[in-house]
Amino acid sequence: MRKVFGFHGGIHPPENKHQSVRTGIADAGLPPELIIPLSQHIGTPAGVVVAVGQHVLKGQVIAEAQGFVSVPKHAPTSGTIHAIEERLIAHSSGHLAPCIVIVPDGKDEWIECNGTPNYETLDKPAIIELIRHAGIAGMGGAGFPSSVKLSVKAGTTIQTLIINGTECEPYITADDAMMRERADQIIEGAKILRYIIAPQETLIGVEDNKPEGIAALRAAAEGSGIEIVEFPTKYPSGGEKQLIEILTGKQVPSGGLPSQVGVVCQNIGSTVAIYEAVVHGRPLISRVTTVTGDAVREPQNFQVLIGTPMRYLLAKAGYLPEKNSRLIMGGPMMGFTVPDIDVPIIKTTNCILAPTEKELPRPPPAQACIRCGMCEQACPASLLPQQLFWFAQGKEFEKLEQHNLFDCIECGACSYACPSNIPLVQYYRASKAEILQMRRDHEKAEASRVRFEARQQRIEQAGADKEAKRAARKKVAEQRALASGAGAGEDPIQAAIERAQAKKAAQAGAGNDESELEKLEKTVVSAQKRLTTASAKLEEAKAQNSEFVEALQTGVDKTREKLAAGEQALAAYQASNNHASAPQAPVADAAQAAIARAMAARQAEAALSPAEKARADLTKLQQRLQKTHATLIQSRDNAQEEKVIVALESTVARLTDKIRSAEQQLQQAENA
Amino acid sequence: MIDYLLQYPLLAALTALVGLATAFGALLGYAAVRFKTEGNPIADEINNILPQTQCGQCGYPGCRPYAEAIANGEAINKCPPGGEAGIQALADLLDMEPTPLDSEHGDVKTVPSVAFIREAECIGCTKCIQACPVDAILGAAKQMHTVITSECTGCDLCVEPCPVDCIDMIPQQESMQTWHWDLPNPVSRSVDLIATDSVPGDVSQDRAA
Repeated sequence: MRKVFGFHGGIHPPENKHQSVRTGIADAGLPPELIIPLSQHIGTPAGVVVAVGQHVLKGQVIAEAQGFVSVPKHAPTSGTIHAIEERLIAHSSGHLAPCIVIVPDGKDEWIECNGTPNYETLDKPAIIELIRHAGIAGMGGAGFPSSVKLSVKAGTTIQTLIINGTECEPYITADDAMMRERADQIIEGAKILRYIIAPQETLIGVEDNKPEGIAALRAAAEGSGIEIVEFPTKYPSGGEKQLIEILTGKQVPSGGLPSQVGVVCQNIGSTVAIYEAVVHGRPLISRVTTVTGDAVREPQNFQVLIGTPMRYLLAKAGYLPEKNSRLIMGGPMMGFTVPDIDVPIIKTTNCILAPTEKELPRPPPAQACIRCGMCEQACPASLLPQQLFWFAQGKEFEKLEQHNLFDCIECGACSYACPSNIPLVQYYRASKAEILQMRRDHEKAEASRVRFEARQQRIEQAGADKEAKRAARKKVAEQRALASGAGAGEDPIQAAIERAQAKKAAQAGAGNDESELEKLEKTVVSAQKRLTTASAKLEEAKAQNSEFVEALQTGVDKTREKLAAGEQALAAYQASNNHASAPQAPVADAAQAAIARAMAARQAEAALSPAEKARADLTKLQQRLQKTHATLIQSRDNAQEEKVIVALESTVARLTDKIRSAEQQLQQAENA
Repeated sequence: MIDYLLQYPLLAALTALVGLATAFGALLGYAAVRFKTEGNPIADEINNILPQTQCGQCGYPGCRPYAEAIANGEAINKCPPGGEAGIQALADLLDMEPTPLDSEHGDVKTVPSVAFIREAECIGCTKCIQACPVDAILGAAKQMHTVITSECTGCDLCVEPCPVDCIDMIPQQESMQTWHWDLPNPVSRSVDLIATDSVPGDVSQDRAA
């Protein structure tokens, strides 16, 4: 006989388990509608992979796992996706949550399932992956994805694998019923888990109030090396940390995980689901749920499809709504009131409790804490509930954390023991939530601070960069001013001319006359080429009657003009080259020539006498007048616009005036 | 010299004291330089308490500047997002009397809100992007802007500069993830927790049966 340890505290509430195990597990059958919430587990909700109106088969994936701590969802039966919408689910908040609604077609047609009865041929990660794909999350109540629990970090050795068959909470008998009827499946599942974890020992812990279950398990486990450990009934032995202490004597450290003391725990329901998933390839689409309480005529266990509305299941058990005071999901200690009777059964629904008012009366008003210490005696986590209560009332969150509030498993033993009927667990739940909220807020504040500071730094940096650039530009400008300081007093035009000359000189230096000739020749050749291709295109366009004919025609014309110009330039160059012996060599430089011409003209002008100058002016003006007259007449003939004619007439008048004044000047000059 | 000092104990005492004073003075002077604290540690601690909304309701351009101002003697009741809890925490830290929130700087918002840009109306002027103290708005010139909800502190600073008034401050809805139990009402009997529902031993039909 194995040594069984104890744990601190615990209570002995009335068990009320016998009502629901009088008959075996019944099949709940097909409800008219199945509602599958996307989040039935701890972690990220699954992502929908089906569309409304789509037909799905039993066991088909309808929502995929998203992230590591997440599991997929499967269709519990064949049918049509009726809706993907927000529905009320079994959650104390009463909030709506996204759900997939399936209307069964009644055929209950399975998708192809590939089981691996000889799972030992697979390696461990592959089996864990199978478990993950089957959507298995802890079925004891918390709903932690089993695959995550089984993915033990490399390097940690697990001595003990524990299958939790304790089911310590009053009223619930789902695991008990499974032990009685499906002991062989539990043992097979335990063997799979043993293969994955490879522990030194595998234990199934069961309270001694389930003798039939223990007997069945012992019979099935014969020769398998799996030990069934029986221990005295006490609430809450089924808590993971409590069960580990009972069976191994080891305490999981505060805030730690069981794997830290070399233990992995799995629930009976999860073990059976793992067996189904690995050996038969069937995903988790149904579970065993206890329906009990004085407000149902036939309390019993049902094999029920996930997503079945509670109303349907309760009806199967002979629900008496008029007697029922409230509907509870889970047991009387840790369960919660569901917001509506139409909420669906989910993977963690181990019990639906429909008590009468007499059975579970409303609590009397809470009275003052008298510091009797009974709660401390009852606490299975060795906390100081009265102290925590005090701090929770005063919102002293720091002190609450110092007193290990987060080790509280919310079992309700303290509240049960309290002679003043103080709803202690509610205080702890609220405080926990508040602390978590504060942590989240602080995290967000921290992130905001980082972003704010990063932004501040960026703005500063941008400003500094701009300043630096401006300084650099200023420096360059100053240097330039300094460099050109020598030629400061000179005419800017002169400077520009100099620059142009320098440029020209540089170009001339780079290429000699030979290259100039080549350049011209090249221009001519390329123009010829372009002309041939353009003409070809034009011909083509004409043949096809294209709308681009006109554009192409102008293109060809232009190219032809260019070609002619190029040829002329080439001829001129060759001609001038032939006269290269002439002393006018610098004529090659056009700018130089223009400057020279302008200068010569100025000099010539300066050399003229005032009378000659005036005469020249007069001649020029007369020429302009003649030209303008000609234009005016032409415009009149062409019936140009009124405006143009008026403008021309005024020009003529002006010019006549100017000629008159020029004549006067000339007379004056001659007289002088 | 020693003989002379021994003859006049008063002088001896004086010499010893002056010597000690010089020695410790030098030591303290060295320590002040060697172990000089960078920045203002009090301002850092105050900044940790401030909610980092960066809303500027206190009259300072961000939480950090206000923290520095508090460290230099500014009043602690100018931060509406921090609320009474924030003032209490600051009072505890600075060992001051908590004062009620100065309503001149705005009222406490009970529900946190986030900015929401009605994207169809956004003209892409980038004014809100420039106003956002935590870079929580995404967009470019003449492109639609949008708010990164998870980074928004709900400071309202983007609402004012928007030329087409297309930014709303939406109070955050309580969701399944943010919902939590409230502290129980001491007088109410409608408590959801089942454990206290029965007087211990009252429901023992099971045992009796």
